[in-house]
Amino acid sequence: MKSMSLNAWLGLCIIGAVLLMALLAAVWTPYDPDALDYLAMMQPPSAAHLLGTDDFGRDILSRLMVAGRTSVLIAIATVSFAAVAGTIIGTISGYFRGTLDGIIMMLNSALLSFPGILLALGLVAIFGASASGTVVALGIAFVPAVVRVVRGNVLSLRELDYIAASRVMGNSSIYTMLRHLIPNSVAPIAVLATSMFGWALLSESALSFLGLGVQPPAPTWGNMLAQARPYLSQAVWMAIFPGLLISISLLGINLLGDALRDRLDPRMKGIR
Amino acid sequence: MLGFVMKRLSLAIPTVMIVVVVVFFLVRMFPGDPAQLLLKDQATPEALARLRHEMGLDQNVLVQFLSWLRHAASGDLGTSIVVGKPALPMALQAYGISLTIAIPSVILATLIAVPTGLIAAWKQNSLTDTALVGVATLLLSVPTFWSGLLILLLLGVTLNWFPVVGYVGLGEDPVRGALYLAMPILTLSLHEVGSLIRMARASSLEVLRLDYVTHARAKGASEGRVLAGHVLRNAFGPTWTLVGLIMGNLVGGIAIVETVFTIPGIGRLIVESIYQRDYPVVQACLLVVAVSYVLINMIVDLFYPLFDPRVARQ
Repeated sequence: MKSMSLNAWLGLCIIGAVLLMALLAAVWTPYDPDALDYLAMMQPPSAAHLLGTDDFGRDILSRLMVAGRTSVLIAIATVSFAAVAGTIIGTISGYFRGTLDGIIMMLNSALLSFPGILLALGLVAIFGASASGTVVALGIAFVPAVVRVVRGNVLSLRELDYIAASRVMGNSSIYTMLRHLIPNSVAPIAVLATSMFGWALLSESALSFLGLGVQPPAPTWGNMLAQARPYLSQAVWMAIFPGLLISISLLGINLLGDALRDRLDPRMKGIR
Repeated sequence: MLGFVMKRLSLAIPTVMIVVVVVFFLVRMFPGDPAQLLLKDQATPEALARLRHEMGLDQNVLVQFLSWLRHAASGDLGTSIVVGKPALPMALQAYGISLTIAIPSVILATLIAVPTGLIAAWKQNSLTDTALVGVATLLLSVPTFWSGLLILLLLGVTLNWFPVVGYVGLGEDPVRGALYLAMPILTLSLHEVGSLIRMARASSLEVLRLDYVTHARAKGASEGRVLAGHVLRNAFGPTWTLVGLIMGNLVGGIAIVETVFTIPGIGRLIVESIYQRDYPVVQACLLVVAVSYVLINMIVDLFYPLFDPRVARQ
């Protein structure tokens, strides 16, 4: 049990540091992240440029900070979108059951039968390669997972006495859902949201690495890596630092997500 | 057993149908007029109207869908706007190339991860266990587009073991072709090893706590026999299901590895076709990947009773 909480703390610290960096980027970066400097192109890390410069002479640390803010904002927006839409659909579907539930679940399982990143690629083609396009595409791709979890939870809750009591007391369906069903779905949604935050961060980086996410010159960790690929042998730092940041952030989220799941999933109790 | 197979097949058919419908409407929603895209700068209003009529774009969506379905059933998914070749063969050929990366990497990852997960579970809470789980979580956290670049840098650029740019088909030259595939396979399997170790460990732990394991030990069976004969066999089932999921995601996420290592697989084809707004090809690729994902998971389920005969009897 002790090592679990250690992992959770480590995860929290990592995520905290990344968030802090993203916040700091809003008010201060060492250099202007878009300022070109042709006299300092592809400089290795030094006192002047802590993490070196890229092929346009832009300061990599400054760009990483701004990119972090973009990635975190996109991930938060994506997860909120998926969580809100998925909770509404899942609650309605599980509460009313019947034909509506049947149709929703049929669509849902069809969407779940797509590999997530593939669905996101198709949706990006519709909504466009941009920050908002990424949020909507990834958000829609994540909704089915939330719907399934929330609906399952609501299905078991609605058989309980206090939900029946709420109905007998003459409360409207909407009141019952808002007052009883949704608050009792928060725990499983929170666990899912933590992993979804990681997926969102990863998928956003993947999309911008493929050139289908946020477009340059606006920096993201993914498009900075794509930009580094041709210069692997000349300027390795261009490829090292963005990848390191993505990996560390994902590690933090995975550690925290594992700890949360161990706590909230009784099946996992006793295992570690 | 036959009943189990029939039941699983009857589950897969409606899923494939829905997938087909979703792909059709997804591609329908792509921005831009297909007729306009086809004609490019020769798009006079009359030519546009004629082509739209020929393509059936002036009919209602349901009629269009049925006609598309009829063509799709005979393997006709339209022609690429960019290269003018039939879209389905393009997608299938690229998919074949992707499979030459995906299948070996799943096999490699399973061979590494299942024994490792079993050992971690057997040594639960020891230093070995902590280290193995740590490594697995680390591997899981490194995205393929970074590990791929690092592998390319180390094995390709610095050590010069494998060719860095280009691609030679396995059919043209098996030896050189395999050299081109080595780094992508390594990249993908490293990533999958992470999630597979964790899964294999978790399911081994569950099995290790069961009575028949205690009983086997009490009988005086050696630890090796207990692990190989009882735990491995019973813990492999859940991991096997994950193999199916990974296989599907692998094909979806393979675009990244194919971009890093410049391999003309289906992931690369989708991304490039989206850039170029070559919608017939995007559609064919989406359909091929989605349908194969359903089929792969069906095959995985059909093989499940081999590892756990109880499933088929339920």
